[in-house]
This record gives sequence, structure tokens and C-alpha cells, in this order.
Amino acid sequence: MGDALRSQEVGTLRPDGNVGTRTKRYGGLERASGAQKYVADLEFPEALQVAIVTIPVGCADILGVDTAEAEAMPGVVGVLTAADLPSPMPRFGVSHKDRPVMADGRVNFYGEPVAAVAALTQEQADAAARVVKVDYRELPGVYTLDAALAPGAHLVQDPSDPTKRAGDALRETNVIEEQTIAWGDLAEQEAKAALVVEDSYSYPMMTQFPIEPLAVIAEPTDVGGLTLYTPVQHPYLMQRIVAGLVGKTLGQVHVIAPDPGGGFGGKQIPKYEPLMAFLALKLGRTVRLTLNLAETTTAIRRAGATVHARTGFTSEGDIVFHHVRIDYQIGAYADVAPRVMTKGSYVGGGPYRLPACLIEARAVLTNTPVSTAMRGYGAPQISWATESQITDGARRLGLDPARVRLRNLVENGEEFVKGEFAGKADGEWKQAVEKAMELAGWDDPLPPNRGRGIAVGIKSSATSGLSQSLVRLLYDGSAIVYAGTSDMGQGARTIWAQTVADELGVPLEKVTVISGDTDLVPFDLQTSASRSTVFMGTAVLRACRDVRRQVREMYAERVGVEPGELDDEPGAVLTAEGAVALDEAARIGLGALRGEVLGQGTCRLEGRKGHPLGGDASFYEFNCSISEVELDAGTGQFVITRHVSVSDVGTELNPIQVTAQEEGGAIMGIGQADMEQLVFDEHGRLLNPSAIDYRVPTYKDVPLELFTSAVENHDGPGPYGSKGMSEGPILCTGAALGAAVTAAAGVKITDLPLTAERIWRATRAAAEGAIA
Amino acid sequence: MSVGTGSLVTVTATINGETRTFTVPGHRTLLDALRSELGLTGTKSSCTEGECGACTVMLDGHAVNSCLVLAAEVDGHEVVTIEGLSVDGGTDLQQAFLEHGAVQCGFCIPGQVMSAEYLLSHNPDPSVEEIRDALSGNLCRCASYNRIVEAVRQTAEKRVSTRG
Repeated sequence: MGDALRSQEVGTLRPDGNVGTRTKRYGGLERASGAQKYVADLEFPEALQVAIVTIPVGCADILGVDTAEAEAMPGVVGVLTAADLPSPMPRFGVSHKDRPVMADGRVNFYGEPVAAVAALTQEQADAAARVVKVDYRELPGVYTLDAALAPGAHLVQDPSDPTKRAGDALRETNVIEEQTIAWGDLAEQEAKAALVVEDSYSYPMMTQFPIEPLAVIAEPTDVGGLTLYTPVQHPYLMQRIVAGLVGKTLGQVHVIAPDPGGGFGGKQIPKYEPLMAFLALKLGRTVRLTLNLAETTTAIRRAGATVHARTGFTSEGDIVFHHVRIDYQIGAYADVAPRVMTKGSYVGGGPYRLPACLIEARAVLTNTPVSTAMRGYGAPQISWATESQITDGARRLGLDPARVRLRNLVENGEEFVKGEFAGKADGEWKQAVEKAMELAGWDDPLPPNRGRGIAVGIKSSATSGLSQSLVRLLYDGSAIVYAGTSDMGQGARTIWAQTVADELGVPLEKVTVISGDTDLVPFDLQTSASRSTVFMGTAVLRACRDVRRQVREMYAERVGVEPGELDDEPGAVLTAEGAVALDEAARIGLGALRGEVLGQGTCRLEGRKGHPLGGDASFYEFNCSISEVELDAGTGQFVITRHVSVSDVGTELNPIQVTAQEEGGAIMGIGQADMEQLVFDEHGRLLNPSAIDYRVPTYKDVPLELFTSAVENHDGPGPYGSKGMSEGPILCTGAALGAAVTAAAGVKITDLPLTAERIWRATRAAAEGAIA
Repeated sequence: MSVGTGSLVTVTATINGETRTFTVPGHRTLLDALRSELGLTGTKSSCTEGECGACTVMLDGHAVNSCLVLAAEVDGHEVVTIEGLSVDGGTDLQQAFLEHGAVQCGFCIPGQVMSAEYLLSHNPDPSVEEIRDALSGNLCRCASYNRIVEAVRQTAEKRVSTRG
């Protein structure tokens, strides 16, 4: 198919072009000057303000909701409860349509909406929400993996409910999906092992923590439809889900998605938008919900996990088998978390040549807020265990952990997942390891109390996708590109502007990028899995080439030659007499009536039936990280003296944006390794939603030296040989930092985060054990 | 219960060089007043508890979290927001942010710029460590920290050399 990914050549960088340079961020000045309008900055003077009513437990039957007093409060215009919604309760989701628009007779997680109050001011809405009386009976909810998997555990989802678990072989359990990936003969390989490392690991629940909190404005339209303003990564999925819930056509539901102030996966799937849509339609008024950071932290999170692993090594350091069992704690409803489990566990063996491997993974429901996508998806959880195993094996064998990795790493084209749905290396991954070792000074001796650790990470990107783009070359030589990718900080708009400028020969400042509006911009499946450079980038490239083809044909007709006698190249039509600038050729071709040239581009990747991930990966993100720490053994505190992150990016389309994403991913990964965790109490209440209690890295937590670099072999499927790159640096940070702490402290830590208390206790226990 | 109607306060303050008078409930924060009453949405609202720094403005020349200041408190005082700094094409500091790739999602950036301007106003040539200290109250989840430090350093160097 002509629109398939990899169906045509991807182009080469223009030596004088914008692609490949440190082009400044499109929209950057607006962001730096405060002019950029995020959703909360949009003015809707007539909008009603909304407050959400919740109960202070994670699992309860709702016996009654009394809104009479609230409705009589000053300024209150309306209250929405489950009784206002269609019966049965409308539910939504991606793979499982299990999430109710609001609590359906039972609250299944802390923060699940029970009612929503709309009033003239936020103060009035908040005050009225406080007097909505919810009569409930607390149930013995399951808030941990152990509780959810115990025999006779409370079932988070009703096994008899036909909309959820009925007909599901796992319905009498809290396991919503499971996956096994296996190849080779474990027992046969274990017989060859000189060393078997066996351990259990845990990875806590965390939150995306976008600095822009969630916000939704829902506005009924004159024609019976609805406009939703929301900082969402997937406007077209939002449109489809909300239209389906409220019984409207896609054309009646208009989603406007101003550039999100950070997403990190947390703004992909609807959260409060369906509720707000029903509220707006009930009241016939524009309604607005603006959360703060703590409320956002309560609403979105990443799955925690527990992992048990056994890994066999020969005395030379060959890994002969790896057996890993992982349970992801996903929350009360599916969201995208079953896929977090399948994609994370698919790469659970790491990028290694393993003769035998068994990966057993489960996505487990608990009465906790719904987990969703987050940078790295399900890979960091399993990498924490797998990479810690490799480090431990090398240490016990007296081998260099970097060289053990190089020894076992697959070559380009070689399978690291074997079987019918094999995964193959698509890059020169050893180069990333070698580059990281060089930048880290891997072989340099360290002073006392310092330790160094290395890890590698791998993640499958999108396994199917569809992106469509339009490019208009206007009569005056300016251009407009329409691309539905949400620019949440990764810099997508900049890349499209650079591409159009180069392909059409238009000055960068004359390119306008339009995104985030389902009425104006053609379809894009989603902004996730670091896919946009490859998928939307290819669609934009093709739209530009469609413009060039049309200009060439128009020009040929005007000057009276056969189109076949002409050719085109970036920015020009090529004639027998020489090159004609594309904008000039377009003006000649368009003639006296002027007009414009409208190009269209599509990039499509169909899935593959039966594949555990729904299809083969369009590309892999590969990263090598090395951490170096200085430990204060007396307190367990450490300083990261150096951190190195190197990713295989194919081609850097904008080196400064690559650096910013690489550094940002690395620092986020460091935070998730050494400080971040969500803590719930025995009633399922989140204890640390506030920025005071949920710590993320500040300037003071950045490594003293942070070096990033990219491997560029121009071998990616995206424009100019690019690959996506925004998740690589977070994939294995935990394991690299954990290994550095182990090297400095002399004890192995198997639970994240690597807090001073945890390290201090481990070193104390080891010292006492040695004395005893 | 009285809600948002009691004790209205009239505030007269210099906002970005102009005298502005507005009336707000006594409990309204400066952050909310700037955004709602004065339409100055360049100051961002995030944690609303003084932890993230996204709402940083200058009050009488000092950087403050505007979510922790009551609007009533600025009566008779001078407030400068991000809009008050901006010039066509951006300030040298804002341009340095762009050159160094410091602006990603951008939500925290107005607050970062205000904190950095405050630092440079009393320490024209800060070290990297001093920049990290001074900006440590401004969270950036994109973690552009090193990019921002480079931008502030470069701006300081240029300003110092210009002043000679």
C-alpha cells in the first residue's frame, strides 16, 4: 500500500536545511512570555465552575446521594449524579469498556466521582460539593497486589457483570489479562549455568506529575453537539469515546486540545471528560473543571509492579536462561494498563541473545486509582528486575557488568525475542553501550565511597498506527501544515515546521503549524509511544512531496511541456534549463486566479493478527545509562556525581530538542529511581498527592555531571532515517542507579525508590549479619 | 454559610507599571486575582500550595509564589508578572531559554523566567550552584534544568559584559 510505513525512501538531509539543526522551538517564545494559552488560560466568562464529589475511602457501596442541600446553596446551577445518567451506566475504555462515567453504585477507587456540582463560582461549587451527603458502606477493598491476589480476595470488578468480566476465563480473579512469552528449554539451559541469580524486586506506583494540571471545558453547541477543550494527547480518541457515550456523531463532537503542559502518558485516555460532557448537556451550559496538581496526581498514575526473577549465567558471563514473573498493579479499571503489561513484558528478557526465556506477566486489578500510560510504558518496571539480575550475575562472577552486557547483546537484525512473533534488533545497539562507557569513563578508577552502575533499556514503539497530514503551499510562498500530533513538550510542531521548510524551500518563519483541533486537522491515531516523528513525520513528508508533484505538473502544463520531462527536489522544480524555485513554479502554475496547492500525506501501519502486541514494532527505542554515585554510608544518602544516557535515535532531526528530551527523560528516570512513590493507607486513600509529599526532582537533584549523546546511523523508519526517542532515557535508569548504589554500598537494593533510609537499613543489616 | 460574598476588598496596586484597581473577596489569592480579575494568564496555576513555583511573580522586586499571597496584601504595592517583562521578540533571557532548548512543554517557564530575573537582579553573575539554589523552588517536570541553567549563565555573562 502506498501509504504504508517504509513504502518509500525517507529522504536525505539538506546540507543547508533546517532539519538536523538546533532550530528554536516552534511556539517557544509564546511559552516563555506567558502568551501561550493552555486550557486553564482560555476565557469563558459564562462558564459554570465544577467541583467533584468523592468519598474518603477506596472501596464502598453507595447507599444514597442527597443533593438537596447542595442544590439550594448560593450560585449552584445543577448537580449531576449517577441517577442523571442513562441506565445501564455508560462505560468507556480502550480494550475493556469497564470504566463508568461516574461511580455506579460502588466506589472502586479513591477519588472516583460520585457527583459533580456546577455553580457560578469555584468557591460556590466547592462549598456545595462539601454538603452533598453520600451515604456509603466501606468494603474490604484490595489496595495491594498481595491482597488482590490472595485466595478469596474481594473482586474489584463484578464477575457477573456482562459489561465487564462475564465470559472471561479470569473473571473469578482480580487478574484482568495475562501474557506468557517463552522460548527454549529452561531446564536444559539451567544445567549449563555456573551461577543462578534469584531475587524479588518491587517497583512502586508513581505519577506523571505534569506541571499543567488536568482541566476540561465542555460547551454545548447550537446544533446539539458539544465542544470539549482538554489538554489531551489523543484528541481523536477523545472524540470517538465521548461521541459514543453521549450518542453523537464524530462531527458533532469537536475536541480542541491546546498544547498540553506536559503529558508523559497521563493525558492520553479520557478521565473527567465524559462526566463533563454529560453535565454540559444536562444543564445546557458551558461547564469548566480545573484541577490542581494534587488532584491531578490522584487521578493519573503509573502501574507499580512486583517481580520475581531467576537468571542463569555461565562462568564466562553468557546468559543461558532468564525466567521472570511480573505482576503489574493497574487499578480499578483497565484504561490502557493491560497493554502496559503486554508491551512491558514482551521485552522482559532484555535485548539479549537468550537460549531460553520464560516471561509470565499479569495485569492485576486493585481498588486504587486507575493507572495509565507513562513514559516508558511497562518497560521500566521489568527492566528494574532484569537489569539488576544481570548486574548481580556479573558481580558474583567477578566480571565487568558492561562487558557482560556487550557479550550478550544482540547484533543488528538478530532476534532477542524468539518464536513466531520474534523481536529483532533494528540498530547498532552496542555502539550506544560503547559510547556511554566512554562518556562515563567506565574504566577509570573511582575514589572510596563511589560506585558506578550500568544498564540497558529497550522498548517496543507503536505496533500499528495511522497519521494523516495536510500541507498548503500558499500563493505568497508561505505554508501551513496540519498535523494532529499533540505538542506536549516533545517539540513536534518544530519538527513539522523544519520538515516543511526544507521540503518546500519555504523559510522557516513562513511555516505555520496547526494542531489540536478535530474540526480543522485531519486524523491522527494518537500521540504516544514516541511514534510521532516516525508516523506523523512521514505523513508530513508525503504531504510535502504531494505538493511538489502537483506544482511540477501545474508548471509543466503552463509552460507546455510533458510533466515527465520535469523533476522536483526539495524546494524546486527541475527543468531542462535549470531549477525553478518551488514557490515561483507554483505561482506560474496557479496562474492569474492564484489559489494554493494542497498536498495530502498518510502513513499507515497495520497490525499483525495474533501478535501479542497487535503487530510488529515499528522501531525499538534502545538506551544505555550509566550512573555514578558518592555515598555517605553513615546516612544512606548519596549524590549522583555523574550520569550518562545514550540512545539510538537513528537521526537527530533537531539536536537541541533531542538533548532536552534525553536529559529530561534521564532526570525523570532518576526521580523515579530515588524518590518517587505513591503511598496509600489501609482504606485505599492516597496519602501523598501534594507536591510537598510526592517529591519529583528539582535543580538540586540533577546529577553533578549529566552527559547525553545519540547514536546516529540513519537507520530508522522515520523521515531522514529517524526513530522516536523520548522514552529511551527512562527505561533503565532505575537499574543503572541501583547498580551504582550497590557498588558504593556493598549491598543490593531490590525495592525502589532508593531512599536513604532503605540504603541505610540494608547496609546496617549487612554489617550486623557480618558481625553475627 | 457565606460563600465568596463576604468582605470584598478593593485593591489598588501597580501591576506591570500601571495603576490598577480591582475588587476581590478577601480570601482570593494574588494568583487567582491576576488570572481572573486582571486577565494576566501568563502566571500559571499548578500546585496552589507554594511548592511548584509556576505562579512566581515579583512583589516589590522580590520573587514570590503568588498562590501564597492574598490579593488584598498587594494594596499599595508593586507587582510585576511575566507580561510585564515581555518585549517584542522576547527579552535576552527568554531568547537564551530558546537557544538552549530550555522551553519544552513551557508551563513552568514563566515562573522560571521570573525567578531567574529575580536572581540576576541581586546577583548579576551567579555561579551554576547559585543558579541551582535560586531556582530550586521552580519545578520543571520536563526537567529542562540544565538547559535553563545554561540560559541563565549565558544571559548573565552577556549582561555583565555589556555593562562593562
